[in-house]
Amino acid sequence: MIDPAQDLDQTCDVLIEGGAVRELGTSIEAGDAEVIDAKGLVVCPGLVDMHVHLREPGREDEETIESGARAAIHGGFTSVAAMPNTEPTIEGEEGVKFVLGKAAEAGLARVFPVAAISKRQKGETLSEIGSAIRAGAVGISDDGYPVAQSGLMRRALEYVKMFDRPVMAHCEDTGLSAGGVMNEGRTSTVLGLRGIPGASEDVEVIRDIILTRLTGSRLHVCHVSTAASLGFIEQAKTSGLNVTCEVTPHHLTLDDEAVATFDTNTKMKPPLRRKHDVSALRKGIETGVVDAIASDHAPHSPEEKDQEFDLAPFGIIGLETTVGIVMTRLYHEGAVTLSNLIRLLSTNPARILGLPLGSLKPGSPADVTLLDPDSEWEVDPRDFVSKSRNTPFSGWSVKGKAITVIVEGRVLMRDGELKTPGVRP
Amino acid sequence: MNMREKAQIMDSEEVARGLIRIAHQILERNRGARDVILVGIRRRGAPLARRVAEIIEEIEGTQVPVGILDITLYRDDLQLVAKQPVVGKTDMPAGVDGKVVVLVDDVLFTGRTVRAAMDEIMDFGRPKAIQLAVLIDRGHRELPIRADYVGKNVPTSAREVISVMVKEEDGEDKVTVEEMME
Amino acid sequence: MKFTRKDLLGLEEMSREEIESILDTADSFVEISERPIKKVPVLRGLTVVNLFFEPSTRTRISFELAEKRLSADTVNIAASSSSAVKGETLKDTAKNIEAMSIDMLVVRHRCPGAARYLAGVLDCPVLNAGDGAHEHPTQALLDLFTVRKRRGGIDGLNVAIVGDILHSRVARSNIWGFQKMGAEVALCGPPTLMPQEIESTGVRVHYYVEDVIPWADVIMLLRIQNERLEESYFPTIREYSELFGLDSEKMKKAKPDVTIMHPGPLNRGVEITPEVADGPYSVILQQVKYGLAVRMAALYLLSGGQLESEAADQERKVDRSGTGSRSNL
Repeated sequence: MIDPAQDLDQTCDVLIEGGAVRELGTSIEAGDAEVIDAKGLVVCPGLVDMHVHLREPGREDEETIESGARAAIHGGFTSVAAMPNTEPTIEGEEGVKFVLGKAAEAGLARVFPVAAISKRQKGETLSEIGSAIRAGAVGISDDGYPVAQSGLMRRALEYVKMFDRPVMAHCEDTGLSAGGVMNEGRTSTVLGLRGIPGASEDVEVIRDIILTRLTGSRLHVCHVSTAASLGFIEQAKTSGLNVTCEVTPHHLTLDDEAVATFDTNTKMKPPLRRKHDVSALRKGIETGVVDAIASDHAPHSPEEKDQEFDLAPFGIIGLETTVGIVMTRLYHEGAVTLSNLIRLLSTNPARILGLPLGSLKPGSPADVTLLDPDSEWEVDPRDFVSKSRNTPFSGWSVKGKAITVIVEGRVLMRDGELKTPGVRP
Repeated sequence: MNMREKAQIMDSEEVARGLIRIAHQILERNRGARDVILVGIRRRGAPLARRVAEIIEEIEGTQVPVGILDITLYRDDLQLVAKQPVVGKTDMPAGVDGKVVVLVDDVLFTGRTVRAAMDEIMDFGRPKAIQLAVLIDRGHRELPIRADYVGKNVPTSAREVISVMVKEEDGEDKVTVEEMME
Repeated sequence: MKFTRKDLLGLEEMSREEIESILDTADSFVEISERPIKKVPVLRGLTVVNLFFEPSTRTRISFELAEKRLSADTVNIAASSSSAVKGETLKDTAKNIEAMSIDMLVVRHRCPGAARYLAGVLDCPVLNAGDGAHEHPTQALLDLFTVRKRRGGIDGLNVAIVGDILHSRVARSNIWGFQKMGAEVALCGPPTLMPQEIESTGVRVHYYVEDVIPWADVIMLLRIQNERLEESYFPTIREYSELFGLDSEKMKKAKPDVTIMHPGPLNRGVEITPEVADGPYSVILQQVKYGLAVRMAALYLLSGGQLESEAADQERKVDRSGTGSRSNL
């Protein structure tokens, strides 16, 4: 059992009762309780993916709140934070309640809505942030788009102070990234594809950090992809600012050379960067500058991805590959301890979003993930329960898998078998 | 496939004599070299054509134009051959209209090469006549084609192969019969 | 070495031997266009579709003539007028065409990777006639062929490419082609039109055309497009042509046997003045002439060609040490 929130790493039993963790001990009497033998496994607080895109409302063909929540369970996650760039966007009390209602209906992973910063994410005026947060939004973001107007970003950072929730920033200067479809560098030059310079992210990260200093507020930088951005974030932290950040599994394992075959499953924003950036991000994991790993799960229909590279939409899915990829390429390569990995996947995301989760302290909600760190498997999109298949990791041999997932004391996946399989698309 | 040399048909002296005789026959039939063009069919027909032209110049003092024809693009078996051979260069003297074109090749066998060569010559113009000179005629025609000038007639079986070597390509002049071994 | 690829997508992935086999084959096709009957029957009965998503008169005509001179049946599709506009995907457009039993597809598209995408989706050979800024292999091949013809060889030459490198597929394909054939390549243009990290491909980058002119054996000018003005890559056409345009004055510093090239169409007075374009060093018209032979060679080889040594071996049915001919025809 590993619970970084309590600094625990020990072999023990976990007693769950009434949807909460009751007791941790070395030999608890089972009595008439259901026993799950976790020998050889790692028991940890339920994993939290703090950055996913569920396409409901608007593109239910790509993913619904239910199918996404199911994919989360299948991938080992008990909670996800869903970004608001749906059609229409999630904002205000109504939007938030819609998402929470659908999630409750599904009864699978917890889905926490992130509300839009600006009305319809247009970047012009503030949306009803207060009502949204009161209704249950865990943060605000215009993710999918940057907040181009610095004045509006300042307002958002200031306004959200009264609610103590993070602004989750998608940092992109569209003047620099305009028309680009992959990282600007040697590969984009050779392929003749228009490039997105790393500078387009760096410029906005610095801006948002400066505005955070100005407003004394709280910033969370989404999907950091460049060494430079990470450097700025590190400096901001050292100087005492409340800045956190997340990195995706793909930015920790793939660089822009992966685009050489024009495979649209290597097309996402921010794009895959240079080897140098990947190294820096991995270093950031080791040193703790990176607070969380989040998938940026972005489902797209096969027709849309099966197109010329220029025309295909940006984004790849990740809920069902995150654990396998980070266990293989971080933990098993010695880049991170299991305890720190769980910190990145559970403790910190829960803390940043202000959720009473991410810990197995007695009294906490019984959200538990059981990992088999040595389970070897091959990524096969046909096994995904997400409605979409757009992953660059197809065929990868990975080691490490979540096999049992418990949400609020309900066992939703056991030994790799989902309890509510749903309709396999 | 393994080949075994069975017999030598012509040595270099016999090849030379054969070409001299062919040259005389061409002059006889066409009453001189005027209006005659020699066209060698790639690859070994080309050096043979040049030699006949040299002999004619020695005899008559006339320089007969010599062309080289690559028939790869006119072959009828391109669909059968899985991969197509490379195309060599065709180099035809200007104007075949009204001329007597004497095609020169090393071996006449099924007649398909000559058929292709004739089609290609026709694309260059309208010759007065096309005649055919070959060093060896080995029979087994599959098309109604016959040679006007023959160095030597060599009846062969289908399993045999005639191997012609010419100085310019192979270092010596020699004609042999080889047999495919099982 | 032989050219055995199913498709001709670009020069970056090709070896020097493959490129040479295409150039050697092209050599034999030049005289066909000099004959009274400019036709050989080799592709008779084959159907080739020219699928052009970008407007192009000269390249399309060059391909069409090449196909017709090989006796193929040609179909030209200008996709702006076809179902692509009605929202049909590239894949569906191509598959629908293939369903009519075509034997080869020549495609030009504005998206890099489009030809490769189609090659993966279709069974028939695909020839890339230009995919966005990525590659234009037959253009580079005809450029290589022209230089080889004009100068006898390519090894050791200094080749300068001048203009909008950033958006140019011709530049990219020529960089690969000339480097693989043993030449040294330098690029020249405004910094705004020089792609990131292009030096990593082994080329030298210059901003002053005066620096490359005395060094170059071959100077290749690229077309400058008006659209680039709107995106502020340079301020005015006038300034561009003052700095980078090739005129007689700048040419005074050129080598006495320099070769001037341009893929066309020319912007007379912008990247090149009429005197230079029509002058004794220019091979611009030969490029067009040889373009035809190169495209014929490419089409021939894609339909199933192979090098002489292999073919002759097949005919001889011996290994390479054997001699003699077997006329089995």
